[in-house]
Amino acid sequence: MGFIKNSNLKIVFLLTLVISISLPVTVAFAQQADTSSQVTDTAATVGDVAVPADTSAASDTTAVATDSVAATSSVGATPTATTQEEGKVSLDPQVYTNFFYYLLIVFLVCVLVAVVGKIVQVYELTRRMNGRDTTYYLYNLHANLFLVCLVVGLYGVYWSYAHHGAQSMRDAATEHGVRIDTMFMITTVITTIVLVLTHIGLFGFAFKYRATPSRKAYFYPHNNTIEKVWTIVPAVVLTVLVLFGFFTWRSITNVSEEDQKNALHIEVIGEQFAWTVRYPGRDGQIGERNYRLTTPLNSLGIDFNDKTAWDDQLGGEIVLPVNKPVRVQISSKDILHSFYIPDFRVQMNAVPGMKTYFQFTPTVTTEEMRDKLGDYNYNFVMLCAKICGGGHYNMQKTVRVVTEEEYQAWLNEQPYFFTEDLRKEFQASQVSSEEEVAEKKLLANAN
Amino acid sequence: MSTIANAGTHSVDHHGDHGHHHESFWTKYVFSQDHKMIAKQFLITGIIMAVVAMLLSILFRIQLAWPDKEFPILEVFLGKWAEGGRINPEFFLALVTIHGTIMVFFVLTAGLSGTFANLLIPYQLGARDMASPFMNMLSYWFFFVACIIMIASFFVESGPASAGWTIYPPLSAVPKAISGSATGMTLWLISMTLFIASQVLGGTNYISTVLNMRTKGMDLWKMPLTIWALFLTAIVGLLSFPVLVSAVVLLIFDRSFGTSFYLSDLVVQGQILPNEGGSPILFQHLFWFLGHPEVYIVLMPALGLTSEVISTNSRKPIFGYHAMVYSLIGITILSFIVWGHHMFVTGMNPFLGGVFMITTLIIAVPSAVKVFNYLATLWRGNIRFTPAMLFAIGMVSFFISGGLTGIYLGNSALDISLHDTYFVVAHFHLVMGSASIFGMLCGVYHWFPKLFGRMMNEKLGYLHFWLTFIGAYLVFFPMHFMGIDGVPRRYYAFTEFPFMEKWISVNVFVTWAAIVAAVGQLAFIWNFFSSIWSGKRATQNPWGSNTLEWTTPVEHIHGNWPGEIPTVYRWPYDYSKPGHHEDFIPQTVPFSETMSSNLPHDFEGNAEAERIQREWELANNNPQTEKETE
Repeated sequence: MGFIKNSNLKIVFLLTLVISISLPVTVAFAQQADTSSQVTDTAATVGDVAVPADTSAASDTTAVATDSVAATSSVGATPTATTQEEGKVSLDPQVYTNFFYYLLIVFLVCVLVAVVGKIVQVYELTRRMNGRDTTYYLYNLHANLFLVCLVVGLYGVYWSYAHHGAQSMRDAATEHGVRIDTMFMITTVITTIVLVLTHIGLFGFAFKYRATPSRKAYFYPHNNTIEKVWTIVPAVVLTVLVLFGFFTWRSITNVSEEDQKNALHIEVIGEQFAWTVRYPGRDGQIGERNYRLTTPLNSLGIDFNDKTAWDDQLGGEIVLPVNKPVRVQISSKDILHSFYIPDFRVQMNAVPGMKTYFQFTPTVTTEEMRDKLGDYNYNFVMLCAKICGGGHYNMQKTVRVVTEEEYQAWLNEQPYFFTEDLRKEFQASQVSSEEEVAEKKLLANAN
Repeated sequence: MSTIANAGTHSVDHHGDHGHHHESFWTKYVFSQDHKMIAKQFLITGIIMAVVAMLLSILFRIQLAWPDKEFPILEVFLGKWAEGGRINPEFFLALVTIHGTIMVFFVLTAGLSGTFANLLIPYQLGARDMASPFMNMLSYWFFFVACIIMIASFFVESGPASAGWTIYPPLSAVPKAISGSATGMTLWLISMTLFIASQVLGGTNYISTVLNMRTKGMDLWKMPLTIWALFLTAIVGLLSFPVLVSAVVLLIFDRSFGTSFYLSDLVVQGQILPNEGGSPILFQHLFWFLGHPEVYIVLMPALGLTSEVISTNSRKPIFGYHAMVYSLIGITILSFIVWGHHMFVTGMNPFLGGVFMITTLIIAVPSAVKVFNYLATLWRGNIRFTPAMLFAIGMVSFFISGGLTGIYLGNSALDISLHDTYFVVAHFHLVMGSASIFGMLCGVYHWFPKLFGRMMNEKLGYLHFWLTFIGAYLVFFPMHFMGIDGVPRRYYAFTEFPFMEKWISVNVFVTWAAIVAAVGQLAFIWNFFSSIWSGKRATQNPWGSNTLEWTTPVEHIHGNWPGEIPTVYRWPYDYSKPGHHEDFIPQTVPFSETMSSNLPHDFEGNAEAERIQREWELANNNPQTEKETE
């Protein structure tokens, strides 16, 4: 049974002793050490103290590992490998000391566990000598632990719901978001009931039916009626959830042609690591893009042959009029991104080479939301939810929901994409492409 | 069919000549073709990979908890990836990616079903070895090389793959977009291809062994649930892994040979790429056609192992054996038609999303049946809390709590705002991460005597269980709420958004829980490796178990059984059968030796046997009806 034999234990104690004696020395040393490090001479002083010092000079990782091992075995660590002047990383020796301390803590915890293990062993031995059992008392212990686990666990779930749940649930600020939230709540109620009941069963049975030497388990291989019941009941509950979910989903994603036309169209384009927002201008139509037309000036590759693009406006942020349906056309210049506005319950991936859409109606203005939350700096925010590289964690755009008048006022100030410079560039390209066409015609004729 | 095959294996008479094999170190421990040794190889490699992946997770947990703090020691270990003691954002993604890849594929696929399929299929079916031992050996060595290559990707200049374990192109296809998509990604793809080769070799072997090499009397309905689970897992793997090969090969073409399967209309950092006409969605379809069955490849062996352990340690037959098998079969079939639920908002046709939602939620029914059957098995049992049993109970708990959140994510309407958030992280870490690893650990504690002929230390096992069980809940439960709040996964820091700041303190808590749980694994590592050499010697059947593996000698021998392969007469779950003097009856005990405990349905309609039983009962004045009403 002994996972640490007696002799091992002695060694462990000796080691702890040595280390604990050397601790004050190390601390003293660490306090003296200045940030410039490279304290090679002091390394030779005390065996253990050598570790932090000499590894600070040697930048390779193996040195740390081997030296800390050397420290625990308390053999005078060899300070010979110190002067490897690779000099790439020169760190405060305190860093190594701290690291060493952390390892030491882990080690001491292990020792503690070993000691407790020993004590348990002795305890079991006395039980055995007194003719008491050494197996079932452990089963009792675990049965009780499971009960404790059940009670504490259920309280923990309640606490999480009450605290973290309250912290994470904000009212949806869109029409469909409210429906999603209703579904969410229904699902939460059902799953919580199942979670609680099954865990009462699981841990409760574990508590109640712990092994005793006298009892024999009840031979109960199957019961078709019960099995049918608990196949059919989840099936029915899930059918309800499926139908509810299916219709909610269709109502969100399956927008009629007419509703599509009536919505405000905007385009959001993702790239590493920013979003560009394009408003359609007076004609209400977003111009086509062709990625081959991308130039430093025309970074979206807008195709100005399509005249609907001429009045397209660049939005510095996403500003939306309240209670008006918006159809967002989502695309990406480079890799996958995801257009995600948590408060709106809106998400759709931005896929290069493909347009995706999400139509929704914001119902709460930013001002109203601020009032509701009592947080006057609060903003709706759009963020990227699909891994897209080093800047993934900070790819945001503020979303502002305002009244219709504010929206119009804001929109009037937004610049056009088709700037003077772009116009020139476009005309130049027109000329050259006309020349190309002409050339082709000539070639065709010649052939 | 099986009897014919068995006649074949019996006549080969392996067992007579095991003394003649003069095995060198190389043939015994390294290039072994023995299923028991290969199981150990898979297990130990799996454990080492698990430790690596766990350390990676601690690294990124540290970053998440203290995004503004410097940890100069990290620079010592990670060099330029943690300049100034702060993990670089791209390296953070690499950590997440490799953590996921190793855990899902190398630990929970190969480490779990590789270990236990190899160990248990021949043992519990009464076979001398696998159908093709050489293929079996190749399976391990492909896996091993895959591991080496995956680890090696940490040592290339541009860093390991960092496009997430799902390696969605174009991010994974364009090195310009992220440095990990250069050599690191190539190594990832090579490693995965080898890994899949390993899985296919292994899977073919498992399936053919189960179908052809069962001992006399072992019909399909007498197989333990472990075998059912491993068998169905192998089928799922064999059907789905090749699809990942196609995804990977096409990605290699896109990366290296200028094709455009997944790429179209790209302007990466100002440079227009020539690719045209491909679709990133295609990759997602191919990936998740493996990816979702993969979840069940990871989970089903764990379910199988826990079924066996719960039944053995409750001293009760598993409740509803047939229902358990049918739900496994149901999960197997359904697992192939639900992949689209990973793609509700990726630009897939929304109507298709609705269809996938329906199939997805149906899969909850067989899962629910399994849970209820587990509970019914515990009910009125005589539960022995061995470490294996604790882990089995923990597994059921995780399976419930993680499975329930699947009902949210499988619902396409709710998935809109939960997709790619921490809610997803919490969900799959509970249901597929924790549940599977608990199934695996439960298997290790339970079958350790069979693997190494020694017992593991119980007390350390208890400590390990409680630390891991509580730790896992503390780590993953709070993440649900971050997800509901809208915090996306794979975020390097929560510092850039005002609404995320409230979660930083939670992150600190989670990280500490993770560190404590990780340190707790030392109890296992120490216990495992020290018990190999100095554990208490095991007896032949330490758990009082019914299955065939416990009829083999403790000392491993070539061919498993020294004499004849035992014949099987009954199902594996005759625990605490009324009328029998012991609380278990091994599968090898014929009904003629247990006249006092036989039940009418034991004879499966064999009139002759029923007549004999009736006569015996009359003679012993012990009618069956009385016993049943007891």
